[in-house]
Amino acid sequence: MDNVILAPWGRHVGFGVAILLFVVGLLLQRQVRTARNGNGLSALGMLLAVLLGLADLGSFQPAFILAGMAVGAALGLVAAARVQMTAMPQMVALLNGLGGGASMLVALSYLHEQTAGGVAAHRTMAAILGMEGAVTTVLSVGIGAVTLAGSSVAVLKLQSWIPGRPILLPRRHAMHGLVAAVALALAGLAAFVPAGPGGPIAGTWAFTGAALLLGTLLVLPIGGADMPVVISLLNSYSGLAAAMTGFVLKNPLLIVVGSLVGASGIVLTRIMSRAMNRSLANVLLGGVGGPQTSSGRIPTSAPSLDIVPDAAIDPAPVAATQPADPVSGVAAAVKRLREAARVIVVPGYGMALARAQFDVVRLTRFLERQGKDVRFAVHPVAGRMPGHMNVLLAEADVDYEKLMELEEVNREFPSTDVVLVVGACDVVNPAANDATRNTPLSGMPILEAGRASSVVVCNLDAKPGYSGVENPLYRDPKTLLLLGDARRTIQGVRRELGDSEGLDAQVAVLDAPTDVASLHAGMGG
Amino acid sequence: MMDSLPILLAVFVVALGVGVVLIRRIPTLLHTPLMSMTNAISGITLVGALFAARQASPDLAGLLGLAAVALATVNVVGGYAVTDRMMKMFRSPGRTGAGKETRDG
Repeated sequence: MDNVILAPWGRHVGFGVAILLFVVGLLLQRQVRTARNGNGLSALGMLLAVLLGLADLGSFQPAFILAGMAVGAALGLVAAARVQMTAMPQMVALLNGLGGGASMLVALSYLHEQTAGGVAAHRTMAAILGMEGAVTTVLSVGIGAVTLAGSSVAVLKLQSWIPGRPILLPRRHAMHGLVAAVALALAGLAAFVPAGPGGPIAGTWAFTGAALLLGTLLVLPIGGADMPVVISLLNSYSGLAAAMTGFVLKNPLLIVVGSLVGASGIVLTRIMSRAMNRSLANVLLGGVGGPQTSSGRIPTSAPSLDIVPDAAIDPAPVAATQPADPVSGVAAAVKRLREAARVIVVPGYGMALARAQFDVVRLTRFLERQGKDVRFAVHPVAGRMPGHMNVLLAEADVDYEKLMELEEVNREFPSTDVVLVVGACDVVNPAANDATRNTPLSGMPILEAGRASSVVVCNLDAKPGYSGVENPLYRDPKTLLLLGDARRTIQGVRRELGDSEGLDAQVAVLDAPTDVASLHAGMGG
Repeated sequence: MMDSLPILLAVFVVALGVGVVLIRRIPTLLHTPLMSMTNAISGITLVGALFAARQASPDLAGLLGLAAVALATVNVVGGYAVTDRMMKMFRSPGRTGAGKETRDG
């Protein structure tokens, strides 16, 4: 690229400053206090990068650039302002896809531009772009297309527009292999074989189609509860696609910054796989059908992690175990909470599905006002993406210093009076620590709620979680099971405690006729 | 000099390593905003999209560039904006002095 406006040294200094801003922005993510400023610095780095990019162009026609930016900025702002915190996984998956898609389009556009003016169809991509150019263009288009298609399927699943359970096509491993081989062959033809059918352009588009198909097929068999891993991986791909585009355009800024994102996704993918006790290969190949199927892995029956949202809000099934009478169960729970000095809440995704988080937080505030020590134990896979539960609780106005991570909180359980489990199952399943049994959970790090003096479980039902492993904690004599919709259960507990703030009028009328006047009607879900 | 493939490959590998070191130290608490922030950062491909759209020519190359500019801008603007929105929610009354009971009901 010829440089008209900036001297070469100016360009290099500019790149350096922009990269520094991105790096410092990430450094500031180590602490909550500085994170917001870090995000701002990162945005500043992006602004500088865009200005440098414009300066690189020298003279240009602004019509398309301005139009594209205006449309993109408007859509981005609206989406950012409107998205619900429960829908953040979809938002991030969507942005992963758009990032990959943009990189794919840039590489395709570059190829078209280089062949504009009627380059003979018999020339290969390698002849037009050079060997390096051909390989990097193929990589950029390929990674971008897989990211775009895979993310689109992930969005559809997370949004429940297609079923979240694994969609298993017959002989899918063979089919994936075949599509990948066809894609590779098409790329090779376009890049290196003269007079391939239609020349390099048609060949590259055929390759693009095959890569899109491959991305779709790769994500279809992956179940909803495995989405944290998939989203993290696609996050990584979106960065790598940008880095590959940097290779195509020989732009070191794109390479460095894209690599940072690629690395971030890799780290998060590893953290998520470990926390779910599964290898990356097992998630990607497994769905169902990995070695764990034989031990009863039935994702569709998962109450705490993998459930159709509507099912969680349906009227509660009658409690099958422990307190036959739910009211006395609530009373027993209240008695335990009244006597407790230290309480830890273990929230699971079931809590968010039942929209119980706001009532849970009100309950904890009430307990705190009575001088009790209340904290939250957040398992890494509680939610649909890394850190999701923390955001849901922050939205419900929980002080982030009360959110404790796994290792930290496991030291606290033995000195805790009551653990309140809300919509979580596998993450507190002690079977994971049972060396004598071999289950899908064996070795998975869990929140050791069972080591507390007493446990209260507010789950929809007593079925096993996503892993399909029975939870022995439910049979523990110190455990009190309050089955049913978590939001109603928690509201019941709050009413019994004498905390009436923001209770649902409907529930209140049903169960506490004497107190109606003092109740606020409804609350935002 | 800067555009030779070996140098660019070295840059790529070093940047990946730096990225891993940077990200590993970030607490789980902030992983969701981190992901939306990296969404925005992956919008760096906008710089490439600007190049693709620079001539505003209504041929396929230009139109692909236009679409790329739009998609990448959604990432940049949407990513940073939603990250900021999330980070505003993380608060510790003890530290910031913001009232605990300010937003109820």
